[in-house]
Amino acid sequence: MHHRLEFHGQTLHLMPSGALYWPSRRLLAVSDLHLGKSERLARRGGALLPPYETQATLEKLDRDLEATDPATVICLGDSFDDLTAAEGVWETNALWLTRLMAGRDWIWITGNHDPGPLELGGAHRGEVELTPLTFRHIAEPSEAAEISGHYHPKARLAGQTRPCFLVDDARMILPAYGVYTGGLLTDHAALSGLMKSGALAVLTGPRALAIPMPR
Amino acid sequence: MTPLPPALTAWFATKGWDLHPHQRDMLARAQASATLLIAPTGGGKTLAGFLPTLAELGPNPPPGLHTLYISPLKALTADIRRNLTTPIEGAGLRIRVEDRTGDTTYTQRRKQRADPPHILLTTPESLALLLSYEDAPRIFRGLQRVIIDEIHALAESKRGDQLVLQIARLQTLNPGLRRVGLSATVENPATLARFLAPDTGILQADPGPDPDIAMLDTDDAPPWSGGGGRYAIPAILNEVTRHRTTLIFHNTRAQAELFFHDLWLANTDSLPIGIHHGSLSREQRDRVEQAMTHGALRAVVCTGSLDLGLDWGDVDLVIQVGAPKNVKRLVQRIGRANHRYNAPSKALLVPANRFEVVECQAALDAVRAHRLDGEPRGPGPRDVLCQHILATACAGPFAADQLYGEVTSAGPYASLTRAEFDACLDFVATGGYALRAYDRWQRLKETAGRWHLRDPRAAALIRQNLGTILDTDTLKVRLKNQFGGTPLGEVEEDFAATLTPGDTFLIGGQIVRYEGLRELTVEVSRAPGRDPKVAVFNGSKFATSTLLADRILEIFQQDSWPDLPAHTAEWLGLQREVSRLPDPQSLLLESFPHDGREHLVVYGFAGRNAQQTLGLLLTKQMEDQGLAPLGFVATDYATLIWGLDPVTDPTPLFDPETLRQGLDTWLAGNAVMKRSFRATAIIAGLIERSNQGRRKTGRQATFSSDILYDTIRKYDPDHLLLQITREEALRGLIDFSRIEALLARVGQNITLIRRPRVTPLAAPLFFEPGRIPVQGQGRDRLASDAAQKLMAAAGLA
Repeated sequence: MHHRLEFHGQTLHLMPSGALYWPSRRLLAVSDLHLGKSERLARRGGALLPPYETQATLEKLDRDLEATDPATVICLGDSFDDLTAAEGVWETNALWLTRLMAGRDWIWITGNHDPGPLELGGAHRGEVELTPLTFRHIAEPSEAAEISGHYHPKARLAGQTRPCFLVDDARMILPAYGVYTGGLLTDHAALSGLMKSGALAVLTGPRALAIPMPR
Repeated sequence: MTPLPPALTAWFATKGWDLHPHQRDMLARAQASATLLIAPTGGGKTLAGFLPTLAELGPNPPPGLHTLYISPLKALTADIRRNLTTPIEGAGLRIRVEDRTGDTTYTQRRKQRADPPHILLTTPESLALLLSYEDAPRIFRGLQRVIIDEIHALAESKRGDQLVLQIARLQTLNPGLRRVGLSATVENPATLARFLAPDTGILQADPGPDPDIAMLDTDDAPPWSGGGGRYAIPAILNEVTRHRTTLIFHNTRAQAELFFHDLWLANTDSLPIGIHHGSLSREQRDRVEQAMTHGALRAVVCTGSLDLGLDWGDVDLVIQVGAPKNVKRLVQRIGRANHRYNAPSKALLVPANRFEVVECQAALDAVRAHRLDGEPRGPGPRDVLCQHILATACAGPFAADQLYGEVTSAGPYASLTRAEFDACLDFVATGGYALRAYDRWQRLKETAGRWHLRDPRAAALIRQNLGTILDTDTLKVRLKNQFGGTPLGEVEEDFAATLTPGDTFLIGGQIVRYEGLRELTVEVSRAPGRDPKVAVFNGSKFATSTLLADRILEIFQQDSWPDLPAHTAEWLGLQREVSRLPDPQSLLLESFPHDGREHLVVYGFAGRNAQQTLGLLLTKQMEDQGLAPLGFVATDYATLIWGLDPVTDPTPLFDPETLRQGLDTWLAGNAVMKRSFRATAIIAGLIERSNQGRRKTGRQATFSSDILYDTIRKYDPDHLLLQITREEALRGLIDFSRIEALLARVGQNITLIRRPRVTPLAAPLFFEPGRIPVQGQGRDRLASDAAQKLMAAAGLA
């Protein structure tokens, strides 16, 4: 079950999967997919992690697309673990991604892991403005109505740690959507400095749960 | 037989030393390909192992490594070096003896590789590292003998499995290599002999007189629960004053710390007493070891780090605080006292709580009856083999056929099939996934029939991860000052995470104040006089052996307990009056409400691990039945489960078939399996250890091994690592075999007793640490309640 809230006059659905849905625009936003992470680690001579995270992440995205049928999809950056990973993922999952993208506006926002344009369909942008909201990868402290990702926020509740959304009246930070992603606890200085007092953390999991942001 | 050098015989004579019969026998058997010597502590076992080496090297040996000595403990190698150097120098022999452990300096290690000593003393982990170097054949050229000390201890763990694989490697490099194992008394010498080599000769020394052992008499009764035995401090101090040197053993580091602190508060005579355990910094341990050797200490508070053969000064009393859990280990510890052959060792047991009083009594009875416990280990674990293959590849290219032959020459791997070996090789090379994803990025490649690293630079990383000891992640603790500060020891990362500036905890017997975390070091200042918050070090949790558990149940069946202290006899009597005492023929359950929750106690006496598994399996079924279990806690004797609704019909819960099915399905998602997976994944080389000073700090870089576990389970359920995890968990952490034995023993005899309140036997369980929450509907309900309350409190709902 999603958590519904008003943000700059817009009704937004914070989904238990970590995706954000904006019904009036039929827009779905996800952040930090980090596709191709296991391949990048292997390429660099490290361990050979289970090579299933791209599949697992795409399955999750597939389910959310099915459930919401958005007209527009924004991937908020770090969609690929690096540009070489993007090529690899594209080679093996081209059909799947094509099917997911078909019939929708698909916007890839540039992240710090995947700078520069990708050899994929869809639009490639540094940031996107859809009045009244601005979408970008890393939050800008001066921004007034912004949706971003990058930090992989997570929070503890009743003995469990879960990835979470953070939201105050100026910005919303999305949790990492990718399967092989760690997180940053909300009491970390980078997050507590960015979010105003009174901010909420909305935990992902079996259902979206809102709590005051732990600091 | 090569005689001892005359100078050495003469030196022995001036010291008045006469060789024991088993020491002469070892000289006589010097040419045997493999010998296992079983001798009691104090019998000059280690010297017996070295005598043939000293004889063969003679007064003026040519350069080159002759004998490799391996011990499970770093401290032991330093101790042996001292003990060996004395006669060598005394007799003027020009034999070089050096040790090599994780503590050896970089320069020294470089020197040893270039110019090895005649006798090298090391640990299995340091040997693994040496063997992974490309110049290993040169380092070990000419090696004649390998001596494995305390082989009974090594054979119980993966360190031993790794070691015999390495010895197989050494045997390939030097086909004439002779093996010697030195062991304390064991229940089954033939098994240990096969572990060392297929054709091992066994040499049994005279076991010596029976120990003088009793339970310590104290004025105060032990507390209802908990460990530490602090109530016994006055009585223990009294014993320390009455003896020359006392070793005070604890089962965990945290307990040793707390006890040491309180002991000093009560030590009004300022008797010199030290502390020694594995979490202390090397400087601290060295200081205590030296003081011990010089006879400057009256007592040392210690843990398993002193379990094994250290020969220190004049120990004449051993005190074991807390139930020994295992008779064999107790006998070992008792052997620390009185290092004189043919003199009885003196030991006192101090139960830490009421339950342990009974266990200590059971242990005393077993020692007196010469009964040792021992549970056989299965075949060599394959995660260790995976690591061995990786390490072998670091040393240089290998042929699979040749390596398979070598591996199966090692006792624990004798029954390894070629298919199993190939699966391990495939895992190491490609990840072994059903999805062949890493064709381009293989770790190992085969070129002209020889396997080698794809990227030779990977060797450095692989070497950093060698070894099978998995410490919980720890952080160094230092006194804060501008010059870096004095290192005090280490604490668990999880513990450090709970600290906020101003909190106090105990380390090295001092109370310190947490100041902050700087570059993965916990900075502290001294804070005398404050009440400490407890330091939770990783104490090794041994399960009470089957032998002891059975003996405890027998004691329960007595009409009265004249051998037990009055307080414990009364407690058991009260339990018999209010409910009943568990017995060997049936399984006793108790159910009662307490503090707004329903409770169920299962007195399985199956050991901590099996009782924990039982907790997981039962709560799973209770969840299915809608009883909303919330959590459980397990001890060696019982499992306590709490939840929202009571259990009324227990029989279906204990149906063996259902339990086994539960194991299969639930094997899946639970924390114990994830912990096993993590250990297996680290040993097999899938994930790196994080405490190697190169801990990843980036938030996006770290994610838990739980995610990997869930992913493999979903997409690759037959993967090698899952097979290994399952095997490991079944024989180790899950210990399902003991549950099956329990169910087979009691059959249909399951008794549920309903009481209106907590029973005497159950009461101590409420103070047990290590409560495990059940993630189910009950928990979800509590989570949303908690979220709602927080929102309401913040005025947001």
